[in-house]
Amino acid sequence: MTADLAINLEEHVNGNGRLGPLADEPTPEPETPGSEPEAIGRLAAIVESMLLASGAPVPLARLVEALDGPERREVTAALRSLSESYQREGRGLRLVYVAGGYQLRSAPEHGHWVRRLLGGRPPRLSRPMLETVAIIAYRQPCTRPEIEAIRGVEADAVLSTLLDRRLIRIVGRKDAPGRPLLYATTKDFLEVFGLPDLQALPPLAEVGDGADLLAARADEASAGGEDGAAPAADDDEGTG
Amino acid sequence: MSVPCRVKLEVFEGPLDLLLHLIKKNEVQITDIPIATITDQYLAVLEDLPELNLDGAGEYLVMAATLMYIKSRMLLPPDPDEEGEAEEDPRAELVQQLLEYQRYREAAADLASRRLLERDVFAARGEPDPGEDPADPRPRVRDASLADLLDALRDVLSRLKPPPSHAILAPGLSVEQCVERILAQFALGSAVEFADVFSPESTRGEVVATFLALLELIRLKVVRAVQQERFGPIQLHLAVADLAEAQARAQEMGQVGMVSAVEEESDDGRPGDQS
Repeated sequence: MTADLAINLEEHVNGNGRLGPLADEPTPEPETPGSEPEAIGRLAAIVESMLLASGAPVPLARLVEALDGPERREVTAALRSLSESYQREGRGLRLVYVAGGYQLRSAPEHGHWVRRLLGGRPPRLSRPMLETVAIIAYRQPCTRPEIEAIRGVEADAVLSTLLDRRLIRIVGRKDAPGRPLLYATTKDFLEVFGLPDLQALPPLAEVGDGADLLAARADEASAGGEDGAAPAADDDEGTG
Repeated sequence: MSVPCRVKLEVFEGPLDLLLHLIKKNEVQITDIPIATITDQYLAVLEDLPELNLDGAGEYLVMAATLMYIKSRMLLPPDPDEEGEAEEDPRAELVQQLLEYQRYREAAADLASRRLLERDVFAARGEPDPGEDPADPRPRVRDASLADLLDALRDVLSRLKPPPSHAILAPGLSVEQCVERILAQFALGSAVEFADVFSPESTRGEVVATFLALLELIRLKVVRAVQQERFGPIQLHLAVADLAEAQARAQEMGQVGMVSAVEEESDDGRPGDQS
């Protein structure tokens, strides 16, 4: 089903949201007439046109539906072939899998030229915005007080900027005193950050919680154990 | 040895950020903060400020108090009355907070390092995808600007019936009441035409109060005013999950008690005409 293929592909779409070589995708068997190389090549060209015209990410199921004929695996093969040809031929396009769909994007190394053409400044994401959206992304749905407790500063203004930018949305209220609003990230969030879905967020740094670390340190002090707590302090910005 | 720390407060995103900076600068472990040194440096940073921006300073001052409290507790010998078993490290809570914050700070840096749409990579600007996720409706429309709204208001005002020759003063319609009226229209559907918010029977005063209420709702992000194209008709959408949400939010965020003593003719039996 869609989900299967999507997840399968997603493994190749790692941190930078690029579709990788898709090496271990099962290659379609040549016995079906529609999956011969030329047929796949033609299908790839059709899909390319469709994606260009859409602009927005298109779920696999919608491509299959619109193509009305080729099977899912053939469409997947076409997508893979398209993606590979972009890479192989050093083209200016990349096929990415974001926000649950396929999208054509400019090659990241050409960002400079595209920006020069379009003019204007790229939308700024300040550190408070990034930190706040990160907290919401990992903990959603979550409330303003939760965010403020983590960041130690007021979050009102940042939240409203994020709402404006459509990176987050209100999804309801928490059943807690004061019935605070609950925030979650949007599909725009996935698109902006080039994420296939929320599961694709890298795991939060494995630092455990402070109580554990303090206990570990105490153990260490008494037993002279390993340096379990060491990584916590260093990898913070990489600048010395 | 407290190194004078000449940094502007503005570069820090809050007291936790400042603390993490000091911890890193001193090359110490979060889990083993030399609380006296860090507290001194922390206070030095605060003192270095030419003037405390009172808005942002509160959070820093609270942290300063916390640090001094922890410092004092660490100076005290363990309380003999408290059966000394697991006496908690006074720093534990702060450590936990710092670690938690640091995790998200790293996650944020990680997000920022991705190839961001419209910054590093670009997509074709196509037509809206009609089959988009219904759970995340994202109409590809532009937000109506204040100028657009004012144009639309002018339009509404121009279509008002001329005031009757005998105006009878009736109690004014408050902006709060107008907020309720506007929201009530969303009971019928998730989108309302800008023009439908105003009844042609309204008085100028009513229209103005309704318009103010609308601006307030937009400001509170309860309602979104959008249009498909410049100078096109303006549509209002709920910007929150549902109507109950909108009403709660409008109430909660306090409609700044804008009591508009709007004068109007006694003209209540107005038909709720809606096209």
